[in-house]
Amino acid sequence: MLELRKDIFADERDDNLKEIGRPTPRQDILGHVTGASAYYDDHRFANLLHLKVLRSPHAHARIRSIDDSAAARAPGVKRIIRAADVPVNLNTLLSLIQFGKDDEPSLATDVVRYKGEPILAVVATSERAAHEALALVRISYDPLPAIFDVEEALKPGAPSVNPTYPKNTFEYYGKYDHQKLRYGDADAALAKCDVIVDQRYQMSPIEHAPTETNGSIAVPDTNGRFVVHTSTQALFFSLDTSAKINAMESNRLHFIGGTVGGGFGGKVDTLTEPLAILAARLTGAPVRYRLSRHEEMQFGSPRGAERIFVTDGAMKDGRIMARKVKAYFDSGAYTRLSSYAAVKCAAHIPGPYTIPNVYGDVYCVFTNRTPATAMRGFGVTALDFALECQMDKLAVAVGMDPIEFRILNAYRDGDMKAHRREAKNCALIECAQVAAEKANWPIREEFKRMSSRREGAAPAPYGTGAPAAAQKPAHATPQRIPYDRAGEAAARGTPAQPPPAPRPTSPPPPAAPPAGSGHGAARFSSVFGTRRR
Amino acid sequence: MAKHRGRGVATINYPIGMNLGGDPSQALVHSNPSGKFTVSLSSIDLGQGMKSVTRQICAETLGVPVEDVYVDTADSDTGPHCMGSFASRGTHRVGNAVMSAAREARAVMMEAAAEELEVDAGDLVTDGSGNIHVKGAPQRKISVKDVAIAAQFRQGKTISGRGIFLVPLSDVDPETGEMSPATCYAHACMIVEVEVDDETGEVTVLKMSSAYELGRALNPKLVEQQLVGGAWMGMSHALYETPEPYYPDTRNGPTDFNEYVMPGPGDVCPHDIAVLERPAPDGPYGAKGPGEMCANPVLPAIANAIFAAVGVRIDELPITPEKVLRALRARGGPPPSARGR
Amino acid sequence: MKTPVQFSLNGEDVATFVEGGANLLDALRETVGDLTVKGGCWQGTCGVCTVLIDGAPRVACITLAESCAGRAIETVAGLRRGAELHPLQTAFMERFAAQCGYCTPGMLMAAKALLDRNPAPSREEVVDAIGGNICRCTGYEPIIEAILDASRSNSRRSA
Repeated sequence: MLELRKDIFADERDDNLKEIGRPTPRQDILGHVTGASAYYDDHRFANLLHLKVLRSPHAHARIRSIDDSAAARAPGVKRIIRAADVPVNLNTLLSLIQFGKDDEPSLATDVVRYKGEPILAVVATSERAAHEALALVRISYDPLPAIFDVEEALKPGAPSVNPTYPKNTFEYYGKYDHQKLRYGDADAALAKCDVIVDQRYQMSPIEHAPTETNGSIAVPDTNGRFVVHTSTQALFFSLDTSAKINAMESNRLHFIGGTVGGGFGGKVDTLTEPLAILAARLTGAPVRYRLSRHEEMQFGSPRGAERIFVTDGAMKDGRIMARKVKAYFDSGAYTRLSSYAAVKCAAHIPGPYTIPNVYGDVYCVFTNRTPATAMRGFGVTALDFALECQMDKLAVAVGMDPIEFRILNAYRDGDMKAHRREAKNCALIECAQVAAEKANWPIREEFKRMSSRREGAAPAPYGTGAPAAAQKPAHATPQRIPYDRAGEAAARGTPAQPPPAPRPTSPPPPAAPPAGSGHGAARFSSVFGTRRR
Repeated sequence: MAKHRGRGVATINYPIGMNLGGDPSQALVHSNPSGKFTVSLSSIDLGQGMKSVTRQICAETLGVPVEDVYVDTADSDTGPHCMGSFASRGTHRVGNAVMSAAREARAVMMEAAAEELEVDAGDLVTDGSGNIHVKGAPQRKISVKDVAIAAQFRQGKTISGRGIFLVPLSDVDPETGEMSPATCYAHACMIVEVEVDDETGEVTVLKMSSAYELGRALNPKLVEQQLVGGAWMGMSHALYETPEPYYPDTRNGPTDFNEYVMPGPGDVCPHDIAVLERPAPDGPYGAKGPGEMCANPVLPAIANAIFAAVGVRIDELPITPEKVLRALRARGGPPPSARGR
Repeated sequence: MKTPVQFSLNGEDVATFVEGGANLLDALRETVGDLTVKGGCWQGTCGVCTVLIDGAPRVACITLAESCAGRAIETVAGLRRGAELHPLQTAFMERFAAQCGYCTPGMLMAAKALLDRNPAPSREEVVDAIGGNICRCTGYEPIIEAILDASRSNSRRSA
């Protein structure tokens, strides 16, 4: 199933390693096949209590009144937890790295903003008792207009979803409602292109759907501490978030995890630990808060939907001269991580290609649906879908083979990228060549001989963990190694193949930054703060 | 009333680590008196093999067999800070932190061995099998176990090390988007062959051929796990999954796995993979991380393959049979001759 | 009011008390203490909690605990004989057929049910036998190959 192409880039590697490169059995595999691997819920405690939350049936509503008296008296119920019981009831995950403003309550106060938003919690002697108590809670709502479409949400007059961001977009740098990318002049370049492809792409939300749902068990321990067994993907993110919401010093929390039944990004949000810990504090008992599959599927955060518009311009000879991307991330009712994804998406534009004129506008938009979060490929998956469908359409428009078209436009070592960094350590061309050969997809000889490396360029030395220093390698400067495994000698000395298709010309590099300001980007203290300086 | 075949391609790259950096991880490595090593982390194994790959990195760096290393994670009391397992950062960030810690521990170990053998530490090598000996004179040796005992009980040295790896946080220019998103990128090309039934709209994935460039395959079987599993998830994403089938209308969402559809064991296809290695200058032994990128190229490759098969473009995910049928109807049916390669 | 229920678990007699309406998954994990059975959906649709009841694969989360009175239940805890692993366990290890491992106990039991009645299954029969077990990590191929490997293993033990 898998072959290692050791011949490619061989001169950049020392393969003389002992443990690295071996198919060593997993450290945990015996535990997995014997059932000994211990997930968060494989720890049992006497008098364990169970927490379940009451969830809003409305996408957007004002809470007029709550009567939980019958629930509080229900059999097995030890405690009802209300919004007022939560010590710090407004948070955003990335406040831990000073990105964004606190905007999400652990328990809704006066308004619910998505169907499924937690309003109060019942802590009882069994999940069944908790469910039966929840059914006794009487809440009256005044439904409010709800908004579900990202472009509608940005129109003037649209209902406001999230009071922290009243215009339904995240704020970037204190002045913009989106993340920008501006490189060259895309509009001017498009006007001169032979071929324009202008398309809209839509990715629906999807679920992480790990076989283990989100959950945690908080246990009162010695010395005023709490042990928390958790399914989290980010132990200290969850610990610090829980400490903040509970207004506790972080060293009162002892988080244990590390063996998780699938995450894929859906276990970063710290969904259960804060309330589990609060319940353990209020009852003095161990408390488990475990999402049911229904909750995980509809109310646990999904990968957010994205709507992406791409306008590309290319010349008849196949060079892409301009790419414009406008993308809308559907963050749902609260920020969580989507604000960060928008920046990552902007960083990914225009894909692994050298395009001299690139514009990007990426929005994080709020709607009245379950808040979205990271998922495998965060910020990139939908954009790659859009860009690679575009590449196919462009190839058809200019009459080129789809793989040759990608090789032609692929970035190479030393090319300038749209976010003004030099491309290095590239390998897109080689991947395309190898996959084409594997699939018996014919490509012309000149494309088989193209390379990510510049003729005669010295590769950077690898992997001692230190950032790449400007060192000369110990070995002689290598020539470009031909892909052709039959070993034709064209690589050494002057190549005999026809010159490659003309390369897109880059605009001149940006002006040198003023002395003393790093790489010249403006500071934006409202987003990242000054914690590193 | 026919089935049509077609192939589609996608090429991608993927940034390694949390966007813009600023996501540190720490590691601690120490020996017990018998010369067995523990790596203490707070990093998370989601199944991607965090415990396994850090174990191999530690063993290689220390110069001991992998059987003599155990990775203990995750415990916030004993494991130093790690940002978490996401953004394809684990191998790169945690791997580098483990290397740093193991290097420090190794240096103490070699000093202790040098003292026992009465030579300079610079004259010693590890044999990777549990011994330390003088370069070129393997008979002048001492076991790692005996070194550990000597260090602990006679020399008063701790064979241990600490490591942290941090890519400094990058600024972002609000006007131009200038930024340093990542220090290295992995690459891939995915070719998918599909069969489209023009009567039902169903798309069957027949074969995948791919090439992934990952810096260094630290453990080829773990890499294979990610690439095969990720490709399945990509196929599932492209053709089946959604909790909001009528997005942006939120109604009629699935609430169980009968309604949230994913392909089963009968839907998998052969996947022929090549792995290329162009070491990242700052990767642990040059490694990058394949954990997220392995699903991404499948989605557009399938969409492009459907176009090659039946001449329609579906630009909305998931590509359900209904969408294929509607597109075919709008087009007036599939093209008369089979397209694609 | 709790109901007593007795059954055989991995060859040993166990007796416990369950709430009326309790499912077998909760009974095994919470009252009997067999934590090797995992819960994925509690809706009967993912297969993670697959156990054998009188040799047949069943999802424990929607099996009434009381209906198991007098039956023989097998979970992954009973697969190995002392230090000796079952051929399926060895095959899963060798084929890297687990990543997060959460579906593995249920997957192994579904596979055991197949091999106990059909020692030389075809690939299609293997696929059919695990069709009710969701795996989100591996893409199924290594699991299918591991089960086929185990079926070919010479050291298969008799029941």
